[in-house]
Amino acid sequence: MSMQTNIIIAGVGGQGTVLASKLVARAAMDAGLRVRTSETIGMAQRGGSVVSHVRVSDAPIASPLMAPGMADVLIGFEPGEAVRSLAFLRPGGTVVTNAQPVAPVAISPASAAYSGQAMLERLDGCGARLAVIDGASICAEIGSLKVLNVALLGAAAGLGALGFSLDQFETAIRESVRERFVDMNIRALHAGARSASA
Amino acid sequence: MHPWHSAGSRVDKAIVEALHRHAFRYGDDGGPVVARGRSSTIGVSWGLGSTVSSPWGACCVATEFLMGNEAIALGAIAAGVGVVTGYPGTPSSEILPTVAQRNPGRVHVEWSTNEKVALEVAAGAAYAGARTLVTMKQVGLNVASDPLMSLAYVGVKGGMVIVVADDPGPISSQTEQDTRTFGLFSKLPVFDPASPEEAYAMIGDAFALSERYGTPVLFRPTTRVCHGNAPVEVGDLSAPPAPDGFVKDPKWVIFPRLAYQSHLRIEQRLPQIAEEFSDYRFNAVSGSGRIGIATQGISSAYVAEALAALGDAVPEHRLLRVATPHPFPRRLALEFLEGLDQVLVVEELDPVIERELLRLAGECHLPVTVLGKGTGHVQQAGENGVDSVTRALAGFLGLEVAPAADCSASAGEGAEPPVRPPVLCAGCPHRASFLAVKEAMRKRKAVFGGDIGCYTLGNAKPLDMVDTCLCMGASVTVAQGLHVVEPDAVHFAFIGDSTFFHTGIPGVINAVYNQTPIVLVVLDNSTTAMTGLQPHPGTGETMMGAVAQQIDIATVLRGLGVKHVESCDPLNHDAAKAAVLRAVEATAEGVSALIFEAPCIHVASSGPRYVVNEDACKCQLCITRLGCPAISRVDGKMRIDDDLCYGCDLCAQMCPFDAIERVEPTEGRA
Repeated sequence: MSMQTNIIIAGVGGQGTVLASKLVARAAMDAGLRVRTSETIGMAQRGGSVVSHVRVSDAPIASPLMAPGMADVLIGFEPGEAVRSLAFLRPGGTVVTNAQPVAPVAISPASAAYSGQAMLERLDGCGARLAVIDGASICAEIGSLKVLNVALLGAAAGLGALGFSLDQFETAIRESVRERFVDMNIRALHAGARSASA
Repeated sequence: MHPWHSAGSRVDKAIVEALHRHAFRYGDDGGPVVARGRSSTIGVSWGLGSTVSSPWGACCVATEFLMGNEAIALGAIAAGVGVVTGYPGTPSSEILPTVAQRNPGRVHVEWSTNEKVALEVAAGAAYAGARTLVTMKQVGLNVASDPLMSLAYVGVKGGMVIVVADDPGPISSQTEQDTRTFGLFSKLPVFDPASPEEAYAMIGDAFALSERYGTPVLFRPTTRVCHGNAPVEVGDLSAPPAPDGFVKDPKWVIFPRLAYQSHLRIEQRLPQIAEEFSDYRFNAVSGSGRIGIATQGISSAYVAEALAALGDAVPEHRLLRVATPHPFPRRLALEFLEGLDQVLVVEELDPVIERELLRLAGECHLPVTVLGKGTGHVQQAGENGVDSVTRALAGFLGLEVAPAADCSASAGEGAEPPVRPPVLCAGCPHRASFLAVKEAMRKRKAVFGGDIGCYTLGNAKPLDMVDTCLCMGASVTVAQGLHVVEPDAVHFAFIGDSTFFHTGIPGVINAVYNQTPIVLVVLDNSTTAMTGLQPHPGTGETMMGAVAQQIDIATVLRGLGVKHVESCDPLNHDAAKAAVLRAVEATAEGVSALIFEAPCIHVASSGPRYVVNEDACKCQLCITRLGCPAISRVDGKMRIDDDLCYGCDLCAQMCPFDAIERVEPTEGRA
């Protein structure tokens, strides 16, 4: 029986979604699996919504992009972006999301009414397994805002949703990240995994 | 089970079967496999062979996870490219920096000032025998079209591959033009890769064809190929051989007589190339039956997924995949059409394959109906996807397709995620520049002409400072036309530093010469920000790592005859406003120019932190005027997000209650 994991990584431009998809790809290649990813690069990177499609399989993969209902896992770097990408997630899939919302740019006194809580409530009722991660606490614990991506990846891996173990991601991090950032990212990976199982 | 559902084994198996049934299946290495090839022909005519090797190197050295653009760059290096030129533009921008990064030595890599310049520099190098690669986005080809059309007639000695990345959607572009159609217009061969690994392999084929016919060739990936990633087997990247140099010959000088002869030669060779393309390894016909599906590029992957999802209900059919849309592989296409009743053409942008099949059907009196964009069976604009192609195929095949089961419906009604258009970054100096002009022109009649770059985002509220945007350099010239008709308004032209060098300068000369008193505002942030921080003539660095002479914009403007040229820091709000008023005054004497100099936050380090003193916070001017992503309202008070704030100080300067206070930087801020 063939094995396939389809992952959607949704966030706001600048949050580090691209590294997360690269680490999954690295882990897949190390495991001898096939992988295709697709990134949002360009204008949307300036604070717009960005979505990475990551497809891992032991069989050939044709399309880098998924259709609605094809994803097994949705990793949200921000609750609203997770909600926006829910159409990709199959019923019974897994949502791992950061708890902290990123407010859209306020342009008028009326426009500043975005609630991350309302988004989390919608995720809670969507029929998927849900893990809400306190990304801000993990980043504070590790001492860097840049590890949110690896912490969320660690949470999803810790839940067994990605098909790769934490050890496999550790190896992927060592292979992909500059040496002086390796320890920091590995600590974030495990902090994310602990947070998901808590 | 839902047809697009991917988690189950049934669909997985179906995908594999569909992939194997059809031409564009993928091999054991994850790379495309020749489903229908005449290997002897290919071996002879496609010099670089099917094992992705360079003529002077071994084959696969390592498997790397590459973005399509990186694969194109490494494919060109493996093919022995000697000169690479280009101008940044999404989705093509990563190709040229990858060549620079992986330069084995002896490859000349440059960001040229614009696409026309890039193509002409490459033409000279190709005349002298070097293999050359030129990179740009689709609208860049419009700028390069003058040399392109003539070069098609003159030809090249060293192979020339012009990579033009198209952007269906469009995702980051101002048009949905199709470079395949440009190939038809310019009479040049076009390659259309479907994946990163295929793009890597195809680049070598494109160089070989270019040299065999002495013609430049177009290489047209789309966004999903450029920005898709896959493991790619990369060959030997050792340095290219030295070209043998320029040999003087009348053929390098285009004259009407020569043009006539060249035109004849081109018309004679196109059928030959078409014949060769009918055997090309990435063009393929497969399957059998009386209905057909024709496709290309990334759409071929969507077709494979759609057929797998529709599963056993899909009737027997034939499949054509066209990797070289011009000249059209006529013999192969006829083989495909023979005996078909109906064909659905699934492609993006222009109906190129659709028109060619219609033409062939008419020419050969074939009783086949061709469906596609022209008949409303495939969307006419925007990019395709697995879902849209599944719907189109289901409609064509008369199959029912259930709507996708997904988690969005079960999440129920409720608050929608916020709209999140791209915005100027927190701390972006463009915001300060726009604000200075806006405040200075309050109650004055003024039109704000915009241009192409991050600063196009100045159109968003609350700034609302971009009234026109057409194409690279047009801020300067459109403002002149507006002034001629409406001389009582002040006409501003906002242009970035890289865009100024690209095509802004001729417009300034035009304004000086024709005495049209516009206010030119150069937004000099010391980089090409939108496309990923590429250097340009004003930055003092090149892609060869050399320190270059910085070309000073103020000196250029004075040299062009602009009498009032002033530089200032837009982040000093009052001084900037005063400078705007001086520039407007100076239009009494002709064109005036104001250069706002402040580096992009991505090339500068951040400043001090700012916090809101909640007791003093009384208005919401920072929100209603600035639109800064770092400022939000929490419980009725303004709050500055410490992670996003770059310490530009603009909000502190704007606050009428002095409620925004500067604090010393904490450690660890990057």
